[in-house]
Amino acid sequence: MSSSIFFDISAGAYIVAMITYVIYLVVKNNTTGIIATTLTIFGFVSQSTALIIRWINSYHFWLSGNPTSGVIESLLRSAPLRNLYESLVFFIWSLILIHLFIEFKYKNRSLGAFVTPIAALALLFIDISGTSKEIQPLIPALQSNWLLFHVLLSFLGYAAFGVSFGAASAYLVMVTESKTEKTYIFWSIITSIFLIVLIGMGIDFLSLSTAERAELIQNHFLKTTLRSPSGGVAAISWVVSIAFMFVIWQVGHGLKKVLTGLNLTPIMLDEIAYKSIAVGFPLFTIGGLIMGAIWANSAWGKYWTWDPKETWSLITWFVYALYLHARFVAGWKGKRVAILAVVGFVAVIFTYLGVNLVLSGLHAYGSG
Amino acid sequence: MEEKEKKDIFESVWKFLASVKLAIFVLITLAVSSIVGTIVEQKAEPAQNIALLAKFFGDSAAPTVYNIFAKLGFMDMYGSWWFTAFLVVFSINLIVCSIDRFPKTWRLIQTPQKPLSDTAIKSMPVKKELTLKTGVNVARDEFLNILKASRYRVFEASEPDSVRLYTQKGKYARLAVYVVHLSIILIFIGAIIGIRFGFKGYLNLPEGRTSTIAYESPTKQIPLDFAVKCNWYDTQYYEGIDTPREFQSELVIIENGKEVLKKVIEVNDPLTYKGITFYQASYGMMPEAAGYFVLDVTPNGGQEKRLWLKNGDSFEIPGTGITGRIYDFSPALTRNPMTGKLTTYSDSMVNPGLAIEFDQPGRDKFIGWILKRYPDTGLIPGGHSVKFVDYWGVEYTGLQVAKDPGVWLIYIASVIMTVGLYVCFFVSNKKIWINIIDDNKSVNVIIGGSTNRNRLNFEQEIDRILSHATQAIEGRSNK
Ligand code: HEM
Repeated sequence: MSSSIFFDISAGAYIVAMITYVIYLVVKNNTTGIIATTLTIFGFVSQSTALIIRWINSYHFWLSGNPTSGVIESLLRSAPLRNLYESLVFFIWSLILIHLFIEFKYKNRSLGAFVTPIAALALLFIDISGTSKEIQPLIPALQSNWLLFHVLLSFLGYAAFGVSFGAASAYLVMVTESKTEKTYIFWSIITSIFLIVLIGMGIDFLSLSTAERAELIQNHFLKTTLRSPSGGVAAISWVVSIAFMFVIWQVGHGLKKVLTGLNLTPIMLDEIAYKSIAVGFPLFTIGGLIMGAIWANSAWGKYWTWDPKETWSLITWFVYALYLHARFVAGWKGKRVAILAVVGFVAVIFTYLGVNLVLSGLHAYGSG
Repeated sequence: MEEKEKKDIFESVWKFLASVKLAIFVLITLAVSSIVGTIVEQKAEPAQNIALLAKFFGDSAAPTVYNIFAKLGFMDMYGSWWFTAFLVVFSINLIVCSIDRFPKTWRLIQTPQKPLSDTAIKSMPVKKELTLKTGVNVARDEFLNILKASRYRVFEASEPDSVRLYTQKGKYARLAVYVVHLSIILIFIGAIIGIRFGFKGYLNLPEGRTSTIAYESPTKQIPLDFAVKCNWYDTQYYEGIDTPREFQSELVIIENGKEVLKKVIEVNDPLTYKGITFYQASYGMMPEAAGYFVLDVTPNGGQEKRLWLKNGDSFEIPGTGITGRIYDFSPALTRNPMTGKLTTYSDSMVNPGLAIEFDQPGRDKFIGWILKRYPDTGLIPGGHSVKFVDYWGVEYTGLQVAKDPGVWLIYIASVIMTVGLYVCFFVSNKKIWINIIDDNKSVNVIIGGSTNRNRLNFEQEIDRILSHATQAIEGRSNK
């Protein structure tokens, strides 16, 4: 049995759920809210099924390549956390799990409108980045339990950070008064950049042949638009992007009215942002940094080498440590800490994707 | 006068070193400079970074910018004096701040909780008031029950017509931040021990050879006080594709001429002896080396026999009269899909193939290719089998050789940090005060509390205590 049908169903459900959550924000009708939640749960069940099927399939795949491997070892080696695609899928799964938890705990659906888009964007990213969905054989360096727990806990941590990002963004929308406020400008620029990069990747995707799509991230990232070799195209793309940013800046304020009409309060959003970080920070510290280091030590005899990926996870860690100290020790409040929560998640994204996308692109001259 | 001035200076320096402002500054600086360190390639050839800088500053300015950057240490940033200095400031900040704060926190923990006046409770961060139709003693009992059920140790101060209950939980959780901070310092100490008393080296060891040294650099040797031998190195592949499944070497530790330890190491599964660990890091072919072809030869229904042969050698499949001669070898044999011809597609041993010229009485000589990865290719007419086991003595195993006497401290610190973080975020110091005042056939209850974490949860807890108590009291009076 193939898992892809269940993945597609869940992707569809999440995207429809996202739209429903947004409609719910606007019409504030209880039935709409219940539909949004139901769709999310449905998508979650479907995705869980897909994950299990994929695990079973990888299990058999692993056994076929490693016939002497025991049951436990095979289960661990085939856990669906083995490459970019699977880890992103797991990120979405954890994000939705945490979101559902918050929804039931706080009895408030509105946050869904901020969290499901992150899931939808990640889904979109999976599709347009052309990451391979095949079950691949595991190369020797990846055959480690430390690595497995490292990925598992890091991504749970990332998902918690994702929720804090959603809550902190909503918070920023709610507490800004005017369009000229720095906070509002910050918020609208960050949102625009997210959208611009995704739209840019979408255009890359459409303009590439199927074979080239597989290397979108490595070789073609934004090459059709912002990084186009043709100066004219690049210039136009930049102008359009800046215009787009301007539009988001103009209309973004509309969201505030919507949120204020709901039961969401800044205090609650601030609390959710903090709590998610309180969950994410230990998970990320233990899973991301500590287990990553242990794995590196058992594979190469070096627990820390300052390679860009490690360094970026350390930067991410610093940002969240900053958040905690600014908030609890230096007494920062409100917008300033919310901005740190947003910056933290930008660092998370950069740690996971940017290092491969941007930095390896910068250094690519080395390999040819 | 002078004394006092000195003291003042000392105090302000101390305050500065203990300040969270400094911590925030150092964290931001470390984060930002680390970003630069991930953009500029570290310890790379100058040409690479000049090409990189040219993308930002243009071709003509790049070499100048490079020189400035290089002088500032950005090309080997994490080893530069100023980055190290920031780490030192970071540690000092952490230590001084803990020394500065710890006594206060400790006193706070040790100070017994005291009953509070009604007005004091009313100025607490969390407070509630209500009136219940019951007597002071009944209310007191019910609140005691509920608090005890939630594992609070309750203290009591009674006056003629009122009772004050006060209790707290999790006061030692306030120490958790110090535990977290301490673990960071321990990690630094572990890292320093590793750098000071350990080494990171490498050793390329050919199959069959023994070494008593490793290398830190091509010119710097590290003596091992034992010998390590590589029996064999092997790459295993997944069936049908050139994705490696395992890189393996069999290593033997020899001390005073005796084998003391033997282990097949692979990636993620190293060998450790006397604090020195050998990791499977790479492999390669030795140019010019002439190795042995290792064959397992089995006549139909007969005994398997292992042969070690050189290029051009002949052998017999025992008892069959069939002879073979090593004719050709390819490290990576494939069939060109266009021409159908056999070709070699790589210099490393991705798909080793051995051509053997067989001579069978009463038949023409024929040449068969036997592939190491596909044993079926070794079945020859008559049901006999010739298995190509290895081309031995031509590969070396690339070992990472490391000694890190600080790593155990880092692991202990990691565990400490894990526990510390858990307590820090999920255990809070909750204090509750309840004053119950007699008010003519009913009682006034004033409840207030404070917590250092998770305020919303705490408010819910207070609400729960109140509603349970109310229910219990109403239940009693209905009976
Ligand atoms: C990046 C490394 C660091 C980590 C992971 C870390 C972690 C933490 C955590 C988890 C807390 C508890 C925050 C909360 O209340 O929720 C905390 C509090 C604190 N940290 Fe750090 N910290 C770090 C570095 C520092 C440094 C360099 C200083 C130097 C001044 C510092 C000073 C403090 C202080 C004063 C508190 C408050 C303690 C209290 O409540 O009395 N931290 N830290």
